[in-house]
Amino acid sequence: MDPTLKIVIVDENPIRAAILEDGLQEAGFTQVVRIAEMTNLLSRIYALDPEVILIDLENPSRDVLEQMFQVSRVVKRPIAMFVDSSDSASIQASVDAGVSAYIVDGLKKERMKHILDLCISRFNAFSRIQGELEKTKTQLEERKVIDRAKGILMKAKNLTEEQAYALMRKTAMNENKKIAEIAQSIVMASDLLK
Amino acid sequence: MNERLRIGFIPLCDAAALMIAVDKGFCAQEKLDVELIREVSWSNVRDKLNIGIFDAAHLIAPIAIASSLGLGHVKVPIIAPVALGINGNAITVSPALYRALAAEAGDGIIDPLKTAQALARLVAERKRKGEAPFTFGMTFPYSTHNYHLRFWMAAGGIDPDEDVRLVVLPPPYMVDSLASKQVDGFCVGAPWNSVAVDQNVGHILHFMSDILASASEKVLALRQTWANENPDVVTRLIRAHHRAAQFADDLANRDEVCNILAAPNRIGIAAEVIRRTLDGKLKVAPDGTTRESTRYLQIGRNGAARPNPVHAAWLYAQMVRWRQAPLSAALLAQARAVFRPDLYDAVTGTSAQPATGEPADSVGAFAGPAFDEGDLAKYLAAWR
Repeated sequence: MDPTLKIVIVDENPIRAAILEDGLQEAGFTQVVRIAEMTNLLSRIYALDPEVILIDLENPSRDVLEQMFQVSRVVKRPIAMFVDSSDSASIQASVDAGVSAYIVDGLKKERMKHILDLCISRFNAFSRIQGELEKTKTQLEERKVIDRAKGILMKAKNLTEEQAYALMRKTAMNENKKIAEIAQSIVMASDLLK
Repeated sequence: MNERLRIGFIPLCDAAALMIAVDKGFCAQEKLDVELIREVSWSNVRDKLNIGIFDAAHLIAPIAIASSLGLGHVKVPIIAPVALGINGNAITVSPALYRALAAEAGDGIIDPLKTAQALARLVAERKRKGEAPFTFGMTFPYSTHNYHLRFWMAAGGIDPDEDVRLVVLPPPYMVDSLASKQVDGFCVGAPWNSVAVDQNVGHILHFMSDILASASEKVLALRQTWANENPDVVTRLIRAHHRAAQFADDLANRDEVCNILAAPNRIGIAAEVIRRTLDGKLKVAPDGTTRESTRYLQIGRNGAARPNPVHAAWLYAQMVRWRQAPLSAALLAQARAVFRPDLYDAVTGTSAQPATGEPADSVGAFAGPAFDEGDLAKYLAAWR
């Protein structure tokens, strides 16, 4: 790897940026700088003068970077988007992952390919972690609702905890629904009948 | 069998025909099951359309042309069988710049030639004093906003590349940038000019219709290859949008249309602010002064939904004028071919009859010679 390659990450999400930064550091890129402040973005980038700029696709400031393609007196080095028409697989993968890369003109494709692959895998890893967090949160909430429904059934029908759970499971199977959905209906019905 | 489509858009009033087509059921009538996806940047909309994540998109007309010509980015031929709006942009400036322009232009403050000349004098004064140049925000290098600002300034003798700074800003950041004095003014679509006035940080200086009587703004953009493979879906999309555009511009439906557009997953702004745009009655100054124009944002009236290739030619001429593209007959033909009134006419039965009161050259610019797409070299030479 080329430790002299200067890479800028434009990302307002500190966790995702940290995951990507770590990956790049591990791969031997030591000159990685993160920009989290979007005001005067272009001048911040020009001051750093990077060879590679990585930006997340949730960032409205991506359009600001498009100005770097323009030949003008403010643009010191011409910038190109890494992907061209021959790289439809790359552009697809990077858009799916939610990241876009801009490079200085003339930077070797092979060198960039490695960086982009790393970005894509780190961005995907971040989405996975976020997805798992969401899932855990949902599961926790479902558990709470099921516990409440169990309590309602135990009291109303004078059941043990096991019997209350078995009743909900049986109903869920018969209705072709999830236990959490049955539990939610029980809680709602009980609230209404209060 | 319903056709499932994914269509990208940016939350702006000129996506009205698309939102109404979907939310008012005109697409469903055509058995089109459309998922509207709100995007945060034009680059995203362009890329997702280009690689097929979107089947269609609300797109600034010059991006569709730049993509077809391969300017600045990957070359992907795009077609526009429906125009989503004529006009609708405005130039807004900070209260300080407004006062300075008013002091220079006097009663001419509503005349774009007078204001451009006034701005030129202010620019010269700044230069003399060694002060930083004025900075104006626009939305994209290949945007109507960029070309409209440049057209206006250059008419007053300003070189937009040398005398001022033009910077790209995402529309939702425009108002904050004006408030924090990072920019002295901007050109953007609705509702952002009105938002700036409501927050007391800007004066609407000109409606875009003061600069050009008729200018294509956004289009319904499709990949040419996709359109060729799905002619029946294209027909249904055109029909749904034609009906939606008529519906959106009908005064009788105004409240309903504003409420649909105001939804949090659409534009996400007060219905009353959207209504000012659709009515063409804008509050232009923090003191409550209003201005009215029937030419402000046109969606379905005056044949606004029918794409006009002369507008595409005008946009290409601006790309040449500002050195984004070389001048050639082949590129001009490619740019014109992005706009497809033939497809629109085949579905709706319309034709190229010019409406009364419309400019003879289809553009109606406030300065310079009439637009002549037959002789772009001569037209462009007039500006040198």
